[in-house]
Amino acid sequence: MSLSSQLPALQIVVPMLTAPIVMLLRGGSLAWAAAATSSVMAFCIALALTLGVQELGVLSYAMGGWPAPFGIELRIDAFNALLLLVTTGASSVALLSGRVSLARDIPEGQQPLFYAAWMIALAGLSGIAATGDAFNVFVFMEISSLAGYILVAAGPDRRALPATIKYLIMGTIGATFYLIGVGLVYMMTGTLNFADMEARLADVTTQKPILVAAGFITVGLALKAAVFPLHMWLPNAYRFAPHIVTAFMAACTTKVALYVLLRFDFVVFQGNVSGHMAQYAGFLAPLAILGILVGSAVAVVEPHLKRLLAYSSVAQIGYILLGASFGDTAGLTAALVHMFNHALAKGGLFLVLAAFALQANGLRLADIAGLAQRMPLVSAAFLVLGASLVGIPGTAGFVSKWLLLSSAMQQGPLGIVAAVVVVLSSLAAVFYIWKIVERLYFGEPVANGGAESPASARGFEAPAMLLLGIWVVALANIYFGLFPGFAVGLSESAATALVSHLP
Amino acid sequence: MEFLGLYNYWVFIALLMIGFYAVIAKPNLMKKLLGLSIFQAGVFLLYITMDKIDGGTAPIVQAGVADQVFSNPLPQVLILTAIVVGISTIALGLAVVVRIFEAYGTIEDDEIQQADRSE
Repeated sequence: MSLSSQLPALQIVVPMLTAPIVMLLRGGSLAWAAAATSSVMAFCIALALTLGVQELGVLSYAMGGWPAPFGIELRIDAFNALLLLVTTGASSVALLSGRVSLARDIPEGQQPLFYAAWMIALAGLSGIAATGDAFNVFVFMEISSLAGYILVAAGPDRRALPATIKYLIMGTIGATFYLIGVGLVYMMTGTLNFADMEARLADVTTQKPILVAAGFITVGLALKAAVFPLHMWLPNAYRFAPHIVTAFMAACTTKVALYVLLRFDFVVFQGNVSGHMAQYAGFLAPLAILGILVGSAVAVVEPHLKRLLAYSSVAQIGYILLGASFGDTAGLTAALVHMFNHALAKGGLFLVLAAFALQANGLRLADIAGLAQRMPLVSAAFLVLGASLVGIPGTAGFVSKWLLLSSAMQQGPLGIVAAVVVVLSSLAAVFYIWKIVERLYFGEPVANGGAESPASARGFEAPAMLLLGIWVVALANIYFGLFPGFAVGLSESAATALVSHLP
Repeated sequence: MEFLGLYNYWVFIALLMIGFYAVIAKPNLMKKLLGLSIFQAGVFLLYITMDKIDGGTAPIVQAGVADQVFSNPLPQVLILTAIVVGISTIALGLAVVVRIFEAYGTIEDDEIQQADRSE
């Protein structure tokens, strides 16, 4: 067997085995270098897998040589490939550019442990995205969540701790709900493999346990994905986590949970539970719309930048769900493209905040006033990324919002309501991004309070790697705005595959 | 009696609800974690119950026995994994609670919120 056929397993194994090595290394720099290398390797594997998927369609890997459905199957299709790219890409960019910022947030002695937790989180997230086994998803979900709690708790402020315990409790309830749902489906089908579940559910005559299972799984994963109104853990977890961790988590954790939700709903339930599409759309679409409205409204009045962007994330999760709740190829394509584009925009924005935090005294609106004079390049990147979040033509955000609007227009009167909501929330986004830009460019500069940062002492506006990372992401936003073919192509084949399960 | 015949499932629901109530209603973080633990224990019971067959034994092939009834071992293996996950979660939660106590001097949720608000 050649190495390339082992790639799906390596995707998980590489970061997972790096974790203990990183933990044993002494000194932050060495641990950082090892973690970043492993993360970049994982990204390369994800790229190779994406190329393989574009060529072959679906890559299946039997773990330990046990064929599916008896063994654990790793199954990579276009949807998984897209998600793997987002996860490993976000981790790589965040790690590569975050050295200085992380060194400031985390004591030197704890850094190897911190990077080990990061690697485990990456392994877990990649595992969820790669596996085709429902129980395996639960295990990887808990692996990534437990490591994620550690990453959040590493925040320098003591308020990170209550935020972590809240995240931990809600996350565990979500995972346990998912476990109950999987248990009920297993009771009725005797299998844990997604594809096999679909086939065997067709023979199940009593639908009630399946319906209950669908409810538990949907609510459990909605908790993990911070779907409104189950998003209460998200703003504080994002705010008090180390800035670079926020950039990593904002780009991928909620999206991975949404992926499992869509995979379960479409592959397992849609074809087998009668009337599931109506229940699913009727449950998720209102939540999506409320999430968009409430998230945007709170973001408009929120004075703390990280919480502001966190609430904006709640709204963006709403967009993804809204597109998915249309249940046709166009809507799902829009949802998946938005997953990718939002990860690009929001990950980049949180990196910019990490750069601001190195120079300003805090991340409240008042703290960043006039910062553009000292940090012209970072602020310019903020403009580009903000434009992408709003959805200005020429940026990645525009592509997905355009797809979302045009698919909403095909949905009749309810679609018009959805379109109006999307437009309103985009206006709100213009408002809250402008609010920041105005302070940044036209605010009266605040005195730096004597807290001279190491970067400014050397005359740079931000550490070179961070600046580079921010601009790579910003240019990627423009690139995928002008040439959206890659993300749209992958999303379209993923959406077609999902829709093919509809009855 | 059919209604009580499935009493394991009633216990599962009861444990689930007791745990859930404690997580939501108790302000003490230790009690919240205890509730979480009971909540998860309920799910373990669900999995263990579903694989049990009356008179079933371990699935071992024995010479001369052809029609041995055995319990399904897979859910037991699954729940063994879930128990490990549960233990890790509680352990991590307890570690965070210890650090909260060091940072705040209390583990009551409302007092922590008050301390945060006055900051």
